[in-house]
Amino acid sequence: MTTQTPVAERAGPSAYRAGAGRPTRRRLRLDRNVTFWGLVIPPSVWLALFFLVPLVLIVVISLRPDLRGGVLAGVPPTLDQYQTLLEKPAYMRLFGTSIAMALGVAAAATALAFPIAYFLAFRAGRRAGLFLALLLIPFWTSFLLRVMAWKVMLGSGGVINSFLLSTGLTAEPVAFLLYNRFAVVITLVYVWTPFVALPILAGLQRIDPTLFEAAADLGSTPARRFWRIVLPLSAPGVIAGFFMCFIPTVGEYVTPLLVGGSGGSMYGNLIQDFFTKAANWPLGAAMSLVMLAGTLLFVALAIRLINPRRLVG
Amino acid sequence: MSEPATAQPRAPKRIPVLGGYYALLIALLYLPIVILVIFSLNANQVLAFPLQGFTWQWYAQALANPTAVAAARNSVLVALGSSVVATALATMVAILVARFSFRGKRLLLSLAVLPLIVPYIVLAVALLLLFAALDVNRSLWTVGFAHTVIALPYALLIIVARIGGVSPFLDEASADLGADYVTTLRRVVLPIIAPAILAAWLVAFTASFDEFALALFLAGPDPTLPVFIYGQLRFASRLPMLISLATMVMAGTLTLALVADRLRRRS
Repeated sequence: MTTQTPVAERAGPSAYRAGAGRPTRRRLRLDRNVTFWGLVIPPSVWLALFFLVPLVLIVVISLRPDLRGGVLAGVPPTLDQYQTLLEKPAYMRLFGTSIAMALGVAAAATALAFPIAYFLAFRAGRRAGLFLALLLIPFWTSFLLRVMAWKVMLGSGGVINSFLLSTGLTAEPVAFLLYNRFAVVITLVYVWTPFVALPILAGLQRIDPTLFEAAADLGSTPARRFWRIVLPLSAPGVIAGFFMCFIPTVGEYVTPLLVGGSGGSMYGNLIQDFFTKAANWPLGAAMSLVMLAGTLLFVALAIRLINPRRLVG
Repeated sequence: MSEPATAQPRAPKRIPVLGGYYALLIALLYLPIVILVIFSLNANQVLAFPLQGFTWQWYAQALANPTAVAAARNSVLVALGSSVVATALATMVAILVARFSFRGKRLLLSLAVLPLIVPYIVLAVALLLLFAALDVNRSLWTVGFAHTVIALPYALLIIVARIGGVSPFLDEASADLGADYVTTLRRVVLPIIAPAILAAWLVAFTASFDEFALALFLAGPDPTLPVFIYGQLRFASRLPMLISLATMVMAGTLTLALVADRLRRRS
């Protein structure tokens, strides 16, 4: 972060007009220099301190045998924690389950969101803005409230059950609705679907409508136009939406805490336990790192799939 | 099925499948929230049908609960502090991205956006370690620091989108008229991107106010509102009060979000 080329130097009116001996350009350059450092230092320091260093600390702590001597104790690094992880297949299996759940939630949310985005992009007409706002309002309501809502909906004394009982459809409350993986997945799909519709909508809106006319003029059927034009051209938006849901869901621990019960807990709950109840920070750090690596792997895959250059255009 | 709006004359009579699907999904989205709001006004401690009659008592109970009010105040403080810092930092990065070219620009930009792809629990753990290493006790401050990191990418994306449309020639014009660079920023660039900055601040504020996953890890003895609500969920009898509390919060966040959206649309 040392050299910079002020815009003024690259091109622009002043580059042509500046007469010899005019001091303004020199001064402009000087105070642009000062401003540059004033702008660069605060965010760099802040992000280094509160984002980069903490992530490095996870690596450091995960290489510790235990936490004796505090976080900064100088202890020769060891791979003990990672060995423990390999020896306990249950942990890695839960990680696999969490990834599978996240893939499922992201797939369901994307599938549910696509027709919504399609409707908003091509069918809603002038009221599209209103319809979009209507879709997003639930997303702006408290996350805890929305999760709590599902607890109330699914519980054995809850809305669905009291409805079923009062109508006589069942004699006993249905217990399988709450406190399992099913409840977690339902709740997360509910929470994420409106959000996933946004990038898909952005992708659909970028499609040039004349393509449809051209395809129709050349005799293609509506179904064919959908497969050959809409789907390929909206793919970057669809993939972006998928991962905007997938990443937070992999690391989810709050929703399982509220509606998952013991059978519905995810890998994130395991990490939380190691930092609270079990108080085994080095193992928890190793597990966090495994999660981060897994997530970044998927993101790298997504970036390769989307090809960001196509998104910018 | 894929007839776009522009080609409508050619389209056969359409069955409004998509419109119906949209209406159904919207109904499903709102149903749980509406039910909660109904139960917050229902004179029964147990959240079950049939309804028992109208009451404001849960709202009165929530407002009369000093811990709840203190938690709400804590959340406002944390959200105010973290959103102001996050927006200021995001504005700086946005100006750097749009107006300067320097080595490490991509690094800074990706560092600022990277929190988007780090699961919250990993960030929570990382910051927990940082504060333990620095020997800093957990408090509202530690929650606030965490919230600046997660709000920064959102604020940055909003401001960058706006500043990208501001012509660099305006800077040149300002400089030619004798303004130094700080004055140019203050008098030309910042006023133009002000609506985006305000929208970014509101988004950062709501993101912090509602945030729970990081706060649970990093809050000290003073809880933020979501942490307080979570702690009270164990007591079934307090559920109606908590729902009324959450409903009031929802009304607040919603208002802020709508204001932010209006500002973004105008900018």
